[in-house]
Formats: sequence, structure tokens, C-alpha cells
Amino acid sequence: MGPFVPDLISDQLNLIVALILGIAFGFVLEQAGFSSSRRLAGVFYGYDFTVLRVFFTAAVTAMSGILLLGYAGLLDTEAIYINPTWLWPAVVGGAIMGLGFVLGGYCPGTSVCAAAIGKVDAMFFVGGGLLGVFVFGEMFPLFKTFFNSTALGPVRVYDSLGISGGLFAFILIAVAVSAFAITTIIERKVNSASLSRDFNLSKHRLAAIGVLALGLVFLVLPERKAHMISTVSSAGYVAAHPVKVMPVDELAYLLVDKETRLQMVDIRSPEQFAKLALPGSRNISLRDFFSKDNTALFSQRHVKKVIVADDEAQEKAGCLLLQSLGYENVAALEGGLPTFKHVILDSTAFVPTGSRWDNDVKTFRQTARAEIARMIDAGKNIAPKAVKTEKKIKGGC
Amino acid sequence: MLLYRTRVSHHHRIERDLQSESNDHRLRGSEMNTKYMNPYLAGFFLGLVLLATIFITGRGLGASGAVKDVVLTTVHAIAPAHAEHSTFFGSYFGEGKESPMKSWLVFEVIGVLIGAFISGLVSDRLKVVTESGPRVQPKLRWIFAVIGGALFGAGAQFARGCTSGAALSGMAVLSTAGFIAMLAIFGTGFAVAYFFRKLWI
Repeated sequence: MGPFVPDLISDQLNLIVALILGIAFGFVLEQAGFSSSRRLAGVFYGYDFTVLRVFFTAAVTAMSGILLLGYAGLLDTEAIYINPTWLWPAVVGGAIMGLGFVLGGYCPGTSVCAAAIGKVDAMFFVGGGLLGVFVFGEMFPLFKTFFNSTALGPVRVYDSLGISGGLFAFILIAVAVSAFAITTIIERKVNSASLSRDFNLSKHRLAAIGVLALGLVFLVLPERKAHMISTVSSAGYVAAHPVKVMPVDELAYLLVDKETRLQMVDIRSPEQFAKLALPGSRNISLRDFFSKDNTALFSQRHVKKVIVADDEAQEKAGCLLLQSLGYENVAALEGGLPTFKHVILDSTAFVPTGSRWDNDVKTFRQTARAEIARMIDAGKNIAPKAVKTEKKIKGGC
Repeated sequence: MLLYRTRVSHHHRIERDLQSESNDHRLRGSEMNTKYMNPYLAGFFLGLVLLATIFITGRGLGASGAVKDVVLTTVHAIAPAHAEHSTFFGSYFGEGKESPMKSWLVFEVIGVLIGAFISGLVSDRLKVVTESGPRVQPKLRWIFAVIGGALFGAGAQFARGCTSGAALSGMAVLSTAGFIAMLAIFGTGFAVAYFFRKLWI
């Protein structure tokens, strides 16, 4: 599952990867005509909309790919770098860059491209860029407050707008295709020598229909995580897929025995978990089962993962979710946490098992009750463990 | 308004083509239109490169970050004490921090230089030339290129990235910042274009 950094690809190798991807990036930009300032500036005057076509096609392609790979479970979309938003600095910075685009005829990436093939104006632009960063750096104390203002964190645009990701993807695709059609009409009116006159009309229309169809797919495609969670949670699915159930006495025994090949995964809310949690259990929500951060924990085959929730059905759904994600050795706790609480922790009244060893069971439970209560108390006295800091992907400019 | 602009630019185009013929330092109209890839196909390939980048490395493409790294290194080489005590530059230096030149974006931009050069080579576009609007002399073009570059350099700091890093890569991962940057860059571009039309048409 992607991304391969930092697990499969080290920081050192990543630099070589950067070089190779950069070569591809530069090659495509130059082939697209982004090494020409007149073409780039043309988008603002209606005589050449190449920039718009390339830019939006690239954005839609990459976005669609990410959504599809994420849906197929090949890419952990929670692990990729989402550039954080500083609202007003982004607006002001973007406006300054827009002015720079019209005056300079390039943006930083395209100027490097154009300089590489000998455009002297691009070399001056690159020099100007260095100067701009330097001046910004020297004057930084003046802007510092503004620079750090209105921080919203790594928010997604569909969350900001309060719509679903699929709907947003569809809207973006529809807007892009409409913009392509309208700007082509404008371009042909303004520029008789427009390259768009050579476009093969039927092929372009076919492509537009194809892309719009993809947008419709995004619109109806349920989000993968929500879809899988609702599938495994349905009563019919749980009934059709048997799951191992661990009796409360067995769990109590393993706890008292300090069994190391046991990991309880508590899928209840963090609030409930804070109130009462079994010793050594981890609080992981169903949605976080998909996260790469938990792969290492779940993929230990010799460790039995016991799912803990308020009732057995929820636990079974958790087990089935783990199994459908490819993990093994999972079990549900018999009757859920309330049963465990009632039988082992709370009640001094004995809940008979109906077997002829009931007397031994009674003795065992009394011992276990005291021991587990002590373990829970000990756990409460320990300050919450700092969350293991995973190596995070660094990104951004 | 649009009609008016259309007529005006039609006029300019003829003028431009005439001027292009007589000016060797400038690209000719015909030369501008040679052998570029179909923009949608190019955009598709660019999207695939970006997708591969995100799939493999978990981060997007960029450019302005490398410009910053070069500035950081230069300032540090010339005035180390100044760089380390600066509010902005200082945070990039110190114990255990790698040289700014050993960054992902610096290597990526070196790749861009190589890739663009290869593309120019295979498409026969390697030529030392200043490209400018039909009414602009090279010197004026250079001055505006420096100003534009400087604005881009400073603006990219506020927005935490440029057209590639903030707008394009940000849009691909559906970050709010990416869409704001894109709208602000192109919105401002269209808003101010009229006032600087003599630079390009």
C-alpha cells in the first residue's frame, strides 16, 4: 500500500526518486509548451489557454487517480501530505503570485523549465525569485503575525464546503470540462492561429464524455471506508461470516497470566475508553483500522487481537473488518465489555457457567477480579503514554 | 467588453506577426506554434507524474521550496551568523538539521532542469533567446521578469507554495489551501491582466 515513503523508501533513496520524478516533471512541462512565457501569459489575454488545459487536466487526473487508488485500498489517503491552510496568507500570497505571473510571464516551476532550454527572460525570472525570497526573509519580522494567522490545519476542500468528497470531485470535473469548452471558443475568436483549431473535435468530445462519466462514478461511489464498515456491520454479513468468540473467563485468565500474545483493541469512543478500559487495551476506531499506522500492530500473526466493544455484534463487525483487510488471528469478546464487567469485575454474586467445575470457576473469578481491578488501577495511575511518534511524511514548498 | 477586447487583440495579432518577422531576438509567430504536445495529453501525463509522486513519496511536486533552499544556503554561506539569528532563515539552521540543499525539492528541481533540457533537445527547441510580447524590448522584458519572479518568490512564502506546490499538488489531494491558492493566483492574474496588456499583446 502506498505511499512507500518512509517505510519502503529511505530518506536517501527518496532524493534519487525526487530527481527521477523531477526529470519526468520537467520533460512534460516543456513538451506542454510551459517553457514559453508568451504561451503562459496567453491564458490571461485569451489568445492561448494552454496553461488552463494542462493545469486542470493534470489536477483532475491526479485527483481521480488518488481517489481510485484510495478506493481500491492501494493508497493510504490519510498518510499523504495535505498542505495545511492558512486562509488569509494563502489569499494574499496567491494574489501576489498572480501579479507576478502577469508581470513575469512564468511561475517558478515553468521558469526553471524555460531557463533549461535557454530562455534568457526565464533566467532573470529565476534570479528574481531568489531575490523575492531573500527580501521576504529579511523583512519577515514585519509579516510574522499575519504569516501565522488564520491557520486551519490540513483541511480538505470538501470538508470546508460541507459537501461529500465524491460530489466535489464531480463538480470539479464538470467545471473543468465546461471551462475547456468555453475557453476554446474564446481562444478561437481571439487568436486565428490558435493551436486549438487543429484539435480533433470528435476525439475531444469523446474524452470530455469519458471524464464526465468518471465524475459521475465518483458521485455515486460510496466512500470506501464507510462502505466497508457498513458492509461488515450489517446483521446479514455478520450472520454469514462466523467469528471466533473468546469467553470472558478465558480473557480474564490470559489477563491475569500476563499473556504477551494478546492485544485487546477497544473500538468504543475515546470518552468511554477513558472511563473504563481493560488493562493493556488500545483504543482504535474502526476508521483507523485502515490507517497505515496500525498495520504493524494488526499484522503480528501470533498475537491474538481481541476486539472489545459494548456488544458482541459490534465486536464481530470489527473482527470481520480486520479479516477483510487481510489480518488474521482475531476474536470477539463474549457478550462485549458489559458482560465482562458484570461477570468478572463487578458482581460478587456468582454467575454460574453450568459446568461441574463451577466451584473452581468461582474461586478463579474472585482471584481474577482482585488482580484485574488492581491492574486497571495501576494503569490509571500511569500517565497516558505519549502516542508513538511515527515518521511523518514531510512535504510542501 | 469581450467583443472589444477581441477586436483589439485581433488588431494586435496582425501587428505582432508583422513585428515578429522583423525581430530576430523574438520568437516568430510560426515558431511559437511548433510541435507542442496536445495540451490535454500533456496535462494527462503531468497528472500521472504527480500521481506517481504522491503514490510513491506521499507528497506532491513543487518548485518554490527549492528556490528558498538556494536562498537559505547562499545567505548562510555569506553571513552564517546573520542567517542563524534571522527570524525566518534561522529556523532552518541549527543542531541536527541537514543542509537545505539536501532537500527533496532541490533534487526534484535539478531533475526538472534535466528533463526540460532533454525535452528541448529532442524537440529541437534549445536556443538562447529572450521571449517577449511584440512591443517589448528585451531589457524591459528582463526587468519585468525579475519583478515577476520576486513577487512570485515572496508570494509563495505567504501561500506556502507556488503554482506547483500549493495550487496543483494541493488540488490533487483536495486540500483547501490548494484551491485557495489556485483561485487567488489565476483570479488576480485575470483581474490585473488588462493593466499590463502592453507587455504581452
